[in-house]
Amino acid sequence: MAFGPHLLLAVLEGLVTSAVLALTALGLSLVFGVMRVVNVAHGEFFMLGAVLAWAVATTVGASPASGFAAALVIAPLIVGVVALLAERLVLRRVNYDPEATIVATIGLLYILQQLALTFYGADARPVPPPFNLRISLPWFGYSAYKLSIIATSATLLLLSWLVLTRTRAGLIMRATQYDRETAQAFGIPVGRVYAAVFAIGAMLAAIAAVLIVPISQAHYLMGQDPLLLSFAVVIIGGLGSLRGTVVAALLIGVSDGVISMFFSPTLAKLIATLAVAMVLVFRPQGLFGKVAR
Amino acid sequence: MTDRKTFSATGTAPLTRRTALKGLAAAGGLITAPGFVRYAQAQSSAPIRIGFQCHRTGIGASYGRWYERTTAAAVKLINEAGGINGRPVEIVIEDDGTDAGRGAEVVAKLANQHKVDIVYGTLFSHVVIGSAPTAEELKIPYYVVSEGYHVASGQLNRWCLQPGITDVRAQVTSVAPWIAANAGKKVTMIYPDYAFGYDHRDYLPPALQQAGAEVVAKIAIPPTETSFTKYFPQIPSSTDVLYHVMVGPAVLTFVKELGEFYGANGPQLFGFIDSLEAVDLNSPGLDYLDGSHFWEGFARYAQPTDTDAQKAYRAAVGIDDNGASVNDPRDVSTAGHMFGCWETLYVIKQAMEACNYQGPQDRAKLVEATEAITTIAEGPEHPQGDKVFDGKIHQVFGHQYISKMEGGRLNVVHKTSIEDGRYEPEADYTTQPL
Amino acid sequence: MKAGARLYALHGAVIAVLLALNFLLPAYHHGLMARILVLATFAMGYNLTFGYGGLLSLGHAMFFATGLYGAGLSIQHLGFGVPEAFLAALACGALLALIVGVLALRTTGVAFMIVTLMFSQAVHLAIIYFSAFTGGDQGLMLRPQQRRVETVLGTLNLTDPNTRYLVALALFTVVLFLMLALVRSGFGRVLVAIRENEERTRMLGYDTFSSRLAALVVSGTVCAAAGATYGILFGYVGANFASVHYSILPLLWVLLGGAATTLGPLFGTVFMYYVVDIASGYTSAYMLVVGIVLILLVLFFRKGLLGTVRERWLRWLP
Repeated sequence: MAFGPHLLLAVLEGLVTSAVLALTALGLSLVFGVMRVVNVAHGEFFMLGAVLAWAVATTVGASPASGFAAALVIAPLIVGVVALLAERLVLRRVNYDPEATIVATIGLLYILQQLALTFYGADARPVPPPFNLRISLPWFGYSAYKLSIIATSATLLLLSWLVLTRTRAGLIMRATQYDRETAQAFGIPVGRVYAAVFAIGAMLAAIAAVLIVPISQAHYLMGQDPLLLSFAVVIIGGLGSLRGTVVAALLIGVSDGVISMFFSPTLAKLIATLAVAMVLVFRPQGLFGKVAR
Repeated sequence: MTDRKTFSATGTAPLTRRTALKGLAAAGGLITAPGFVRYAQAQSSAPIRIGFQCHRTGIGASYGRWYERTTAAAVKLINEAGGINGRPVEIVIEDDGTDAGRGAEVVAKLANQHKVDIVYGTLFSHVVIGSAPTAEELKIPYYVVSEGYHVASGQLNRWCLQPGITDVRAQVTSVAPWIAANAGKKVTMIYPDYAFGYDHRDYLPPALQQAGAEVVAKIAIPPTETSFTKYFPQIPSSTDVLYHVMVGPAVLTFVKELGEFYGANGPQLFGFIDSLEAVDLNSPGLDYLDGSHFWEGFARYAQPTDTDAQKAYRAAVGIDDNGASVNDPRDVSTAGHMFGCWETLYVIKQAMEACNYQGPQDRAKLVEATEAITTIAEGPEHPQGDKVFDGKIHQVFGHQYISKMEGGRLNVVHKTSIEDGRYEPEADYTTQPL
Repeated sequence: MKAGARLYALHGAVIAVLLALNFLLPAYHHGLMARILVLATFAMGYNLTFGYGGLLSLGHAMFFATGLYGAGLSIQHLGFGVPEAFLAALACGALLALIVGVLALRTTGVAFMIVTLMFSQAVHLAIIYFSAFTGGDQGLMLRPQQRRVETVLGTLNLTDPNTRYLVALALFTVVLFLMLALVRSGFGRVLVAIRENEERTRMLGYDTFSSRLAALVVSGTVCAAAGATYGILFGYVGANFASVHYSILPLLWVLLGGAATTLGPLFGTVFMYYVVDIASGYTSAYMLVVGIVLILLVLFFRKGLLGTVRERWLRWLP
């Protein structure tokens, strides 16, 4: 294939990766930024979203479009409830101690994985995309559904930005993130904010998973990669910066696509991984972060 | 504790609460089964204990589930027919999590704690290689159902045997002439950048060359990859045949993206069923594979030519004519591989009877008796077909099937001969001390 | 000095118990304990940077794997004997830790965690990429004859269960007392001071970067020693020991046993191993049990097993 079309394809693929990654990472970034806890189970919320999407779409079973729409609403809600329970029953009781949170969320990771294996099974199962349309370009074909993921994700990110900057809820979240004690002194119910943030973070991951599941199936071990990449995005983007999260997701997703043009696949992955590490080494506070407090 | 572990040897996998309950019911049934009662009453002969290193969790869990069911079905029949050397067979299962480190621990646990006679049943290559040193140290026969070339290559040791399933090198060697003659001369390979892919990478090109075809590109996909479109431009436009072996959950994505990328103008496709084991061929997106060909170790779909032995095997394991569980048509089997469990157990039976195996003191004799096996006849004990066992490299050779996907099912179009898959042995385990 | 004597007596007693176990344990647990001792050494190496140094790394699998492959590849391809291979592995581990340290220690906190994670992923991918030498993900098997040491006193056969247990215990003992000495030295106190307040320590005139770098190099070398020993004792060198799973495990073992306690890593590793082993005897859904146990543990023993003991009863534990 000629260089131009190849580059176009690599960029498109990178954008799809970035779109899903940005949503997942935004969830992690909220939790991380506001609560200052490392949620190792974030990838499992992603997995749970995908698995539930399959369950919902199969149960509804009407047309692919209605099944998918139902999944897009119901799966994140259930994941949100699970996250809320985890926050109330465990994280709050260990007082968000960083080390205890890591162990607790590793425990949660094992529990969610095992439950998925027991009740959903070890097989990878697909969810039919809401529409099947192949766009024929002169050099290659491309899935219209993939393009719609990019659009959906962009819309959701814009919406999140509006909520965070233009609403009272967003203000409260930002205040809590900025200074927990002062927020409390001003009468903000920090405990409830934490619970809400944790649930919303998990739901964002679940939404991302529902979007991706028609192109890459639901599987009970699918949570690891999104977790690791989301962490990288959050740190490179700079804590609590939505703009940073989006730029970092684009950087990681698109560079992964473009680097794969020039090297054999495994070598490309290796180089992309080192590149991410080097960005952080030379810009430890992230691209848009302020110096760590 | 042992009871909990062994009830699953009665025909169901305890993966869901539903099947676990059924398993308990079936366990009750087994104790009252005629064959079992006789030995339970006799008490003169303790059971032969076979340790099953099973991928119940981890990436191999889909295979593990069906390996467990096939094993249970074969053991049930063996026990009903009088067991081995007049003793019932008992399966002791330990989960290795499809992890090499835990695999070695499990071999030790089965040998030292459960006091099993032999260890059996492993599939994934890294678990086999990780466990092999432990099997050798404990001097316990280790019968794998893995299809990797690691046994036949001489890389392992005298305690590791693969008598129930052919290795990938033989599979690849035997299908290469068919690919060259029927699919095309210029082949691009797409394979996972790990163990299973290496056997394809190393042995397909020479076999194709001998058949007058050539490999024009090799694309190794890293293990954790979940999308493939970005690698498709690396497929040369001169490609006639795309030879694909993908393992793991991402395979549906792979096929779908291939369909989106090429539309109706793509190259011929030849794949290994490993990609689609436990996957419903009528899944959305897989229609792109219609008309393409697959290697199968054992036909997933019932064929008009099926023998009585093959029909009986399907019924015993509990799979329907579409290769799915009779209880749940969405629960698709790993038919292309799991027959190896059945056949390996019957080879173990044959070897144990040949050397009059009595207990752990006869383990070395058992290895020698297995090595002494040369030909294996087709029949209820070996429904996949007749086989030849090479005692020097501890590897069995058999027929392979090439199937065409038509209308959402696989129809066998070609059966290779045993000779097609033979290659010059590169090792001799029998020179190693026992 | 009385406190010092008490400490050495306590640690000596632990070693004595472990030595006694060599003669008491049934075969399976004897073999399992040998593995646990090697992996607990890995956890001790991790504890130096994480517990005492306050650096949360998610990449220590790379040091373990470097030791594993440093020893395994030099035996397999260069025909090294066991002692030379072990030393080569230590050198590789130290060198990698130095390089990673110089780069990664420019960052702190979670950025450090991600950088180490990424470097470790790169090592994992490199092992797979160079599959012609490393065997890729399926790895390499070391033969029994490659796992012998010729000494003046005779042949040391590392495939023998007793020898293996004693070698594992020897490694564990050396590293345990090294850790004890380190954390009681001025260097150890500086490390803890940096963990508690880096600014203040720097203002007191300490070079915090060099101290952390030194800690990371020692930690990487210890982890490499554990990796090399694991490969040589158990005869298998595989890529999954470089996966992120094996970076999370030492973190988990250390947190369970008690971060910044000398004996915590041992207790954490033993505890985790036996929870899995016992639970898997009762249910195939044993990871569920493990998950619940972990959560109960943080709810009721937040500082880990030994950490809680130290906090509530024995304040003098190191």
